[in-house]
Amino acid sequence: MNRRASGIQPKRRGDRSAFWLVAPYVLFFCTFVAYPLAFSLLLVFHRWNIVTPMEWIGLKNFTRLIGDPLFFTSLFNTLVFLGIHIPLQIVVALGFSLLLNSRIRGRGFFRALYFLPVVVSGVAVTILWQQLYSYDYGVLNSLLRLVGLPPVPWLIDSGVAMPSIAIMATWKNVGIYIVLFLVGLQNIPHELYEAASIDGAKPYRQFLHITFPMLNPTIIVIVVLSTIGGFSLFIEPYVLTGGGPMQSTLSGMLYIYNQAFYFGHMGYAATLGFVYALVILTIVLVQRKVIEREPVT
Amino acid sequence: MKTTLKYALLLVGAAIFAYPFLWMMAGSLRPETEITRLSLWSKDFTIHSYETVLTKVPIGRAFLNSIVVSLSVTASVVLFGSMVGYALAKLRFAGSRALYLLILFTMMIPFQIVLIPQYILMVKLGLTDTYVALIAPTMMSAFSIVLFRQFFMAVPQALIDSARVDGCGEFTILFRLIWPLSRPVMVTVAVLTFMTSWNEVLWPLMVVRDRALMTMPQIVTLFSIGGEAESQLGSLLAAATLLSMPVIIAYSFFQRFFIESMATTGIKG
Repeated sequence: MNRRASGIQPKRRGDRSAFWLVAPYVLFFCTFVAYPLAFSLLLVFHRWNIVTPMEWIGLKNFTRLIGDPLFFTSLFNTLVFLGIHIPLQIVVALGFSLLLNSRIRGRGFFRALYFLPVVVSGVAVTILWQQLYSYDYGVLNSLLRLVGLPPVPWLIDSGVAMPSIAIMATWKNVGIYIVLFLVGLQNIPHELYEAASIDGAKPYRQFLHITFPMLNPTIIVIVVLSTIGGFSLFIEPYVLTGGGPMQSTLSGMLYIYNQAFYFGHMGYAATLGFVYALVILTIVLVQRKVIEREPVT
Repeated sequence: MKTTLKYALLLVGAAIFAYPFLWMMAGSLRPETEITRLSLWSKDFTIHSYETVLTKVPIGRAFLNSIVVSLSVTASVVLFGSMVGYALAKLRFAGSRALYLLILFTMMIPFQIVLIPQYILMVKLGLTDTYVALIAPTMMSAFSIVLFRQFFMAVPQALIDSARVDGCGEFTILFRLIWPLSRPVMVTVAVLTFMTSWNEVLWPLMVVRDRALMTMPQIVTLFSIGGEAESQLGSLLAAATLLSMPVIIAYSFFQRFFIESMATTGIKG
C-alpha cells in the first residue's frame, strides 16, 4: 500500500526496529502461550504430582474422564448456570438499556449505578451476597417474609444453589451488557423507525422487526462473552458454597482447581482443562452459527 | 404517565444495584447484633469489625502487594502492547502477517488449557511466592495489542514519514509522536488491565502461599473461607468493604473511562 514509506526507509532498518519492537512479545508468547500449550499436550498423557517423575499412562486420563461422574456434574452445573444466566442477562440488560435509551433525565447517573458491580471485585460481591442469601437472617429472605412469602433456601438446596449463583452473576455483570446494548441501540439508523411509523407500525412491532434484529450482533457478543464467563466461574462457588450442596455448584474451573491443588493430580487437571477448552470452543462456534443464521427481517 | 413509569422502573433498578453495597458498608460499621437488619442506620456505629480484620490479616500489606502487581502489569501491558501494535500497524517486516494471526489465535485460546502448565512452569522456575509469578503471565496481552494496532492504523502515514525524514528512529516516533496522540486507547487499555489485574484471584491463589505476598482479593478470600472471620458477619463485611473501596473510589472519579473502556470489549466478540 505505502510505497513511499519503504522508499524513504531502507528495508533493512525497518526490519531491525520491527524486530526490537516485537521481540519482547515473541519471547512472552513462547514462554506463556506456546510452551504451556505444548506442555499441556504432554501432560494429558501423564500421571504426575509435580514432585515425583512423570509417568506415561497413554490415554488413561481421557478414559478416566469419560468415566468420571464429577466431570459430567461440573459440566452439567455449568450448563445450568448458562441456561439461567444468559437469558436473564439479555432480558434484564435489554430492558434497562431500552429505558435508558429514551429521553430521560439522569441517564448518566443511572448507567453509572448499574455499572457499579462490574468494577467491584468478585470476592467482595460474593461475600456480600452470601449475607443476602443467608437462609435465616439474609436480606432477601427478610424481604420475602415482609411480603408474606416463604423463605427460599438460596444456597442450601441443591436445586436452588446454582440458579442463585446465576442470579448473583447477572447482578454483577449486567452493567457491561447494558452498555453494549446502548451502543447497539444508538447504531440503529433513525430512518428505519421513521419509515416504520409512516407505515403505521406499532411500537411493539417496531421493536420486533427493527430493534431486535438490528441488535443481533450485540446479542452474539453477549452470548459468547457470557458463555466464556460461565465456564470461568470459580471464585463465586469457591467462596459461597465450596461446590456444594451435593456438588450442585461444582463448576468446571473449581473442579480443575480441586484436582490440581487438593489431590495433586496435575496430569488429570490438565486433561480436564484441555477437554473444557475444546468444549468451550465448540459451544462458542455453534452459538455463532445458530444465532447468526436467525432471519433478519 | 408513561414517563413516571419509566422513572419508577429506573429507580427500582438503582435500588437493586446500590442498596446491597450500602447495606454492606452500613453492616461493616454496625454492632454484630444489628447487622442482619434491613435498615441502613444504627445508633451505635462502631469500627470494631475493621479492628478485627486489621488484627487478623495483614490487609495493609496485601493492599500494597495488589498496587505493586496491578501497576506493574498495567505499565507493562501498555508499553509492550503499544510497541507490537505500532509495529503491526505501521511497519512492514518479514513475518508481520504471521505474527498478527498468532495474536488473534492467542485471543481465542480458553485460559483453562494453559492454566495448569503455566502453574507448573512457575514451580519449575522456582518462582512461586514471588512478585514475578504474579506479574509475568499477564505482562502482555493479545487483546491490548489488537486495540493498539487498530488505533494506530488511523494515524496518518504522512506524519510518521515526515518524522522518519527528520531522522527519527521507530522507538522515538512511537514514544514521542504516537504516544501523546494515543490517550484514548491508552486509557482504555490501562483501565481494563488495571481492573482485571486488581480483581484477579484464581492465579494468586495458585502461585502464592506466603501471606506477606498475598494480594488483597486473595487474602480476603482466605479470610472469608479460612475461618479467621470466626463467622463474624461484621468482619466479613468490613473485609469486603475494604476490598471494594479502592475500586469504587477510582470508579467514582473516572466512571466515564471505565464504562467506555468496557464498551470496547464488545469488539472482542
